[in-house]
Amino acid sequence: MDILRFATAGSVDDGKSTLIGRLLYDSKSTFTDRLAAVEDVSRRRGDEYTNLALLMDGLRAEREQGITIDVAYGYFATPKRKFILADTPGHAQYTRNMVTGASTADLAIVLVDATKGMVEQSRRHTFLLGLLGVPHLVVCVNKMDLVGYDQGVFDSIRAEFSAFTTRMATRDVTFVPISALHGDNVVSRSTEMPWYEGTSLLHHLENVHIASDRNLVDVRFPVQYVIRPQSSACPDYRGYAGQVAGGVLRPGDEVMHLPSGLTTRVAAIDGPDGPVDEATPPMSVVLRLADDLDVSRGDMICRPHNAPAVVQDIDAMVVWMNERALRPPARLLLKHTTRTVRAVIRDLQYRLDVNTLRRDPDPTELRCNEISRLQLRVTQPLLCDPYSRNRLTGSFILIDEETNHTVGAGVIN
Amino acid sequence: MSLEMLEAESIHIIREVASEFERPALLFSGGKDSIVMLRLAEKAFRPAPMPFALVHVDTGHNFPEVLDYRDKRVAELGVRLIVASVQDSIDSGRVVEPTGRRASRNRLQTTTLLDIIAEHRFDVAFGGARRDEEKARAKERIFSFRDEIGQWDPRNQRPELWNLFNTRIRPGEHIRVFPLSNWTELDVWRYIARDELDVPPIYFAHRRRVFERDGMLLAENPYQAPDPTEVVSEETVRYRTVGDMTCTGAVLSGARTVADIIQEVATTRITERGATRADDRTSEAAMEDRKREGYF
Repeated sequence: MDILRFATAGSVDDGKSTLIGRLLYDSKSTFTDRLAAVEDVSRRRGDEYTNLALLMDGLRAEREQGITIDVAYGYFATPKRKFILADTPGHAQYTRNMVTGASTADLAIVLVDATKGMVEQSRRHTFLLGLLGVPHLVVCVNKMDLVGYDQGVFDSIRAEFSAFTTRMATRDVTFVPISALHGDNVVSRSTEMPWYEGTSLLHHLENVHIASDRNLVDVRFPVQYVIRPQSSACPDYRGYAGQVAGGVLRPGDEVMHLPSGLTTRVAAIDGPDGPVDEATPPMSVVLRLADDLDVSRGDMICRPHNAPAVVQDIDAMVVWMNERALRPPARLLLKHTTRTVRAVIRDLQYRLDVNTLRRDPDPTELRCNEISRLQLRVTQPLLCDPYSRNRLTGSFILIDEETNHTVGAGVIN
Repeated sequence: MSLEMLEAESIHIIREVASEFERPALLFSGGKDSIVMLRLAEKAFRPAPMPFALVHVDTGHNFPEVLDYRDKRVAELGVRLIVASVQDSIDSGRVVEPTGRRASRNRLQTTTLLDIIAEHRFDVAFGGARRDEEKARAKERIFSFRDEIGQWDPRNQRPELWNLFNTRIRPGEHIRVFPLSNWTELDVWRYIARDELDVPPIYFAHRRRVFERDGMLLAENPYQAPDPTEVVSEETVRYRTVGDMTCTGAVLSGARTVADIIQEVATTRITERGATRADDRTSEAAMEDRKREGYF
């Protein structure tokens, strides 16, 4: 049994919460006491029906105001898979929340209302999911019951959507006609749409192939922590702990250390329960090397002929996440893999309007939830890859040194 | 596969803390979640010892079986244990012991916890909380910021992307880190089974004298008396969570092995806190309110 991490994007109007409620409820993942609590709140608020959206609204303010403030995580399992759901709210803070939820997602669900078709918000969500490199997209055309389960409506939305997604990097886009309210094609196949030849949403979530989404070609091992017991029991042990960010590592492999460029061999790999024969993403392991090199946190272990870029000038797309706008020139902290450096942002190349996807070529500032392509210079080289090649070695966060807030997230071009 | 992925994520989190903070502590209650967390911390630094102390906030109303387990485990690992005592906080006048029929020391723990964090200048504390156990916790970050008076502000949390954690704080502030955020109750028990971890005996079915209050089965205990209308009877029960004797309910269960427990948890339709915790029942946002004050 493996884990599928998925994000849901959309607003209450699209029926997103009803869909999540259905997935949790029909897969028998909703606990009766939690449901009773939701029924109670619904009744007190005067809702006409039990509002399943409340299942994900964990904070008092969210339940009182009927809005979702922040990403919520939900957990359920079927005999086939464990699911971690990041539900991202569709209101004003959507960019920040969606980028957060999508950053670790294997798959994302975009909801489209069949009665409205593809709207601006659908484009916006799909664009952001593409920017964050979510490998699998599922477009749920919801409220099919309101259009008489008409194949023509579904087909035209699919055609319009496909025309948009072909311009994006997302490789796998699946379309499912559903009615979240009635449960059509959510957990089990609907009898209302015999023309639909695909599977139910849950069946797709259970079976979508994600094992090959991880980069198993380029060996990338950011050194996180050096283990040196210096005890009488193991006087000579020196291991480099970290989480494999790419490739396959085996004992005996020739590897290169960056930034030194020196090569050595992997002497042994220690997993959580002892030595292992190979390490792949996302395993947390300890590497022991054949030679004594000066290796510390922030360094990288890779292959001699397949190394990440070693650069100080970075070209990136940055999502700004702070109420205080970014006005170049700005100095910030940048955390990339296990390395934190100072960064200077001199100017913004262009700002992208996520609503229209138009480029503003001459921006002076970047406000909260806006996206810009920009160049930044770091004080110490980053050992990085394009985000499209590796999500872990191609991403960074920006931290304001004055407030210590996480103010931005970036993907390297 | 899924346990290995969760384990890898948790170990990454634990090592990140050891790398970026100066004075970490691991909050250890002797409950199943902190048992798993301690095991992961042990694995994260092998063959070196884990580079931090354990802290137990002792309310004085704990189950004796759990304290025995705690001491045994600490002795096995040879780690340092700091016990922060709620009784001491009461005796020194830091907090006032609540009185009345439903008096519980649960909420007092917050002061004791924040005091011990300040006293030892801990800049980070590991907690065993999971997002699936409670709705406010489902909204909390893995690296959760606490201001200089220990408060959590759910409206102003730092965005958390990829596996990049912002660990920056000013002196006096601290971070709570929850390595088991993405684990469920079932994952925890499957891991206990896989690693053959020892747990306190109260998790397994045993005979115990209990009385019913507010729909919960409370153990007969030295700290609170049943009302005249509350009938004490001996039942076969086990505990799904471990807290104070005064506010932790038992469940009727015949589960005598870890395998039995996994079977039971896999089929139950009631959350562990819903079934067993009076502290969450005082109001709909009880956990959120306590967390804002600095609770676990």
